[in-house]
Amino acid sequence: MLENYLPVLVFLAVGTIVGAAMIAVGFVLGTRKPDSEKNSPYECGFEAFEDARMKFDVRFYLVAILFIIFDLEIAFLFPWAVVLDQLGMTGFIAMAVFLGILVIGFIYEWKKGALEWE
Amino acid sequence: MSFERIVFFAFAAILIYAATMVITRRNPVHAVLFLVLAFFASSGIWMLAEAEFLAIALVLVYVGAVMVLFLFVVMMLDIDLATIRAGFMRYLPIGLIVAVAMAALMIMVVGPTNFGLEQIAAPERLGADASNTEALAMTLFTVFLYPFEIAAVLLLVAIIAAIGLTLRQRPETKYQDTGKQVRVRKGPDRVRVVSMPAEKKLELK
Repeated sequence: MLENYLPVLVFLAVGTIVGAAMIAVGFVLGTRKPDSEKNSPYECGFEAFEDARMKFDVRFYLVAILFIIFDLEIAFLFPWAVVLDQLGMTGFIAMAVFLGILVIGFIYEWKKGALEWE
Repeated sequence: MSFERIVFFAFAAILIYAATMVITRRNPVHAVLFLVLAFFASSGIWMLAEAEFLAIALVLVYVGAVMVLFLFVVMMLDIDLATIRAGFMRYLPIGLIVAVAMAALMIMVVGPTNFGLEQIAAPERLGADASNTEALAMTLFTVFLYPFEIAAVLLLVAIIAAIGLTLRQRPETKYQDTGKQVRVRKGPDRVRVVSMPAEKKLELK
């Protein structure tokens, strides 16, 4: 079974080598004449007004969490789709119940207005 | 040494390096990026253990979604490192006790007496066309069907908890209601016909 994944390993290795080589070539061949002005952080040519980190709306986080929950749901669908023809009606009903429970959550978040962006 | 073993040691070395960097880096963003590398390396190790579906799910769910969320929060969050470090010496004894207790538990569970080829023989190599995903799915949707449905309930609880914890309605903000916009009728809602007196000729004085 593992030999089927040899191309993936080769791809990983090639990707790592190409990525590292590009940075290395730039590092070795590029001209660098740093001075204090070039090294200082700036914001569109101005001095930085404030720190890059700031408080942000928790709503972004809510959208991300809801995305992860449905992403996990999709992860269950892949193995189910592989064996659906062997499972027959039982497997179909099992997944229907699974999705049905999650649809309750979906309706809840829809009606609650969690998907609305003011 | 077989090729597979070399690959295993390469992934294991990357994993240990990345995991060490996660807890020693001062910059939290770098720590999260090393955690991503650690997930990639452990995914490779799972793949070597012939758990192909789990390996891909690890990359898909953890690297693809959870770590991006982590990174997003760590990059944006307003963390003052000085205040976090301030309590370090005060909590050090309790932290050490917890660490030692956890290490002892781990050694008891994963110690040499419970592991190794003498206790558990190496499993047979799967054939070239054996599908781990199929085997996992056949068990999950028959033997473990009930826990699978409970997983759905857990996800439902997570949805409701996330909404309950973070959702705030803001009545003062203005927003577009697309439904209302679409429902606007051409005649009475958009155009107002005003009756004006008929045109009069100006009389010059």
